[in-house]
Amino acid sequence: MNDVAVMNDVAVTNDVVGSTGPLVLGIESSCDETGVGIVRGNTLLANEVASSVDQHVRFGGVVPEVASRAHLEAMVPTLERACAAADVDLSELDGIAVTAGPGLMGALVVGLSSAKALASYLGKALYGVNHLVGHVAVDLLDHGDLPTPCVALLVSGGHTQLLLVGDIATDITEIGSTIDDAAGEAYDKVARLLDLSYPGGPIIDRLAAEGDPKAIRFPRGLTARHDLERHRFDFSFSGLKTAVARWVETERRDGREVPVADVCASFQEAVCDVLTAKTVDAALEHGVKHVLIGGGVAANSRLRSLLEERTASAGLQLRRPRPGLCTDNGAMIAAVGTQVIKAGLRPSSMDIGANSGLPVSTVLV
Amino acid sequence: MTWTLAIDTATVVCVGLSNGNDTWRARLDDSRAHAEQLTPLLNQVCAEAGITLRELDRIAVGVGPGPFTGLRVGVVTGLTLASLGRVPVTGVSSLDVVARQYVTSSEPPTGEFVAALDARRKELYWSHHRADGSRSGEPQVSTYDQLPDLPVTGPGALVHPGGITVVGPTALDAGVLARDLDLLPDSGTEPLYLRKPDAEVPVARKSTVLQPRLGLRRRP
Ligand SMILES: [Zn+2]
Repeated sequence: MNDVAVMNDVAVTNDVVGSTGPLVLGIESSCDETGVGIVRGNTLLANEVASSVDQHVRFGGVVPEVASRAHLEAMVPTLERACAAADVDLSELDGIAVTAGPGLMGALVVGLSSAKALASYLGKALYGVNHLVGHVAVDLLDHGDLPTPCVALLVSGGHTQLLLVGDIATDITEIGSTIDDAAGEAYDKVARLLDLSYPGGPIIDRLAAEGDPKAIRFPRGLTARHDLERHRFDFSFSGLKTAVARWVETERRDGREVPVADVCASFQEAVCDVLTAKTVDAALEHGVKHVLIGGGVAANSRLRSLLEERTASAGLQLRRPRPGLCTDNGAMIAAVGTQVIKAGLRPSSMDIGANSGLPVSTVLV
Repeated sequence: MTWTLAIDTATVVCVGLSNGNDTWRARLDDSRAHAEQLTPLLNQVCAEAGITLRELDRIAVGVGPGPFTGLRVGVVTGLTLASLGRVPVTGVSSLDVVARQYVTSSEPPTGEFVAALDARRKELYWSHHRADGSRSGEPQVSTYDQLPDLPVTGPGALVHPGGITVVGPTALDAGVLARDLDLLPDSGTEPLYLRKPDAEVPVARKSTVLQPRLGLRRRP
């Protein structure tokens, strides 16, 4: 937080927690989705997203410069679509929320700059918020106020984290994360070595449905006893990816046809087994009753069913936002905005920067 | 009175404002603080002139060429303000602005010259201009030894010591962009990238930089 606040013409509204809650516009541009959402309290009014994923397919991963160029092209049209869809008077906004990090620097600054222009023009408070917290907060748009404390599992191409959420605006602790690849990244890499399309998550999920998850026993990262001592709630998918690569390589070398569906099912089982086991363990260890899942991989059918099964048998309540809200979007950032306003936190200074490595414990910059 | 706001982030953070009679300008000599300082600076310039952002009649943005990330900060800010105010936004080559500065300076050119900006990697962004400031040809990127044998104006002139004759202003002035917008060619609002992004190596999808943990390797 900067000591010298530059907030020309900013009116900080205090009387915002009415029957309907704060009205917030949220902007997201941390990776390959340009998102603008408008939220009133726990109600979603608009959620427009423009994705540049198609432009990254031939690279097999997000190229930062390609993503940044796409953000610039999509930013204002997406903003205009969201404003038209929500049909609210922008002068009634209680604040502008924007992803301040973590994410790709060149991508983040496009959304941040647009948000600052909006806040300055409208004379509204600016809230630079944490992208990861957005994946948690978005659930309140589907299921109402968050039950806290809860354990949140965030899984996507860029995140694999276990968070302990005491208070969504002020008290978030990372209790575990991947020490190498993110889960979604492992899906992309395995898809590539099986000559499947990018992104890998949806296609592996689809093929896995036709395969045998017990066909091949792939390793479960960081689950051995000596690993659990230091990495009880951490994840590792690099070894799994290598194991799949070696297995496929051996089959090909020996002239056998690779049973793609079985490889997909067995790989997916290994990922979901570890994710769900550690999530349930974390909830029980921290004595919380609620588990929440977010991020693009939360749409995965096996992860969902296995987590439902295991949370139910452990007596835990599971919450998951609809798949359309699990991937990156502006509504999730607006949702964080409503929470920090309700908590009475001070708006961000107009001279904040983007922080590509913003720690999850920093909800508001 | 027509209020014109000019933003240029092709070099450092530059803001200009003109009402047709008077011109205001501000520059922050930091090439790495565009996202942080642009909005505070334009709020400051408007406050000095005694207007709000709602009173702007049109917006001009310098579209480079320049470092991409900083450039996009200026362009998206201009586009957003124009959309909110429902006012026109015009993109202008930052090299044309630099050329115009030289032409309207106290010691204007007597013949052809080159306007140049720093392109890093030991290269310059440059364009070839006539004595009246008009440009011949499109902006280029090359090493400085490939420049035409002419005097060089603009911030790029200072990058490579020796070998070139430095003339005119060597810092960008967005006040000139605001004041003389009608005299400068419309280059469109897409940044003049000049370099393709294809050569770059992709990062992991939705990559977020991991916090250094447990002494293990950090993803690039
Ligand atoms: Zn995300």
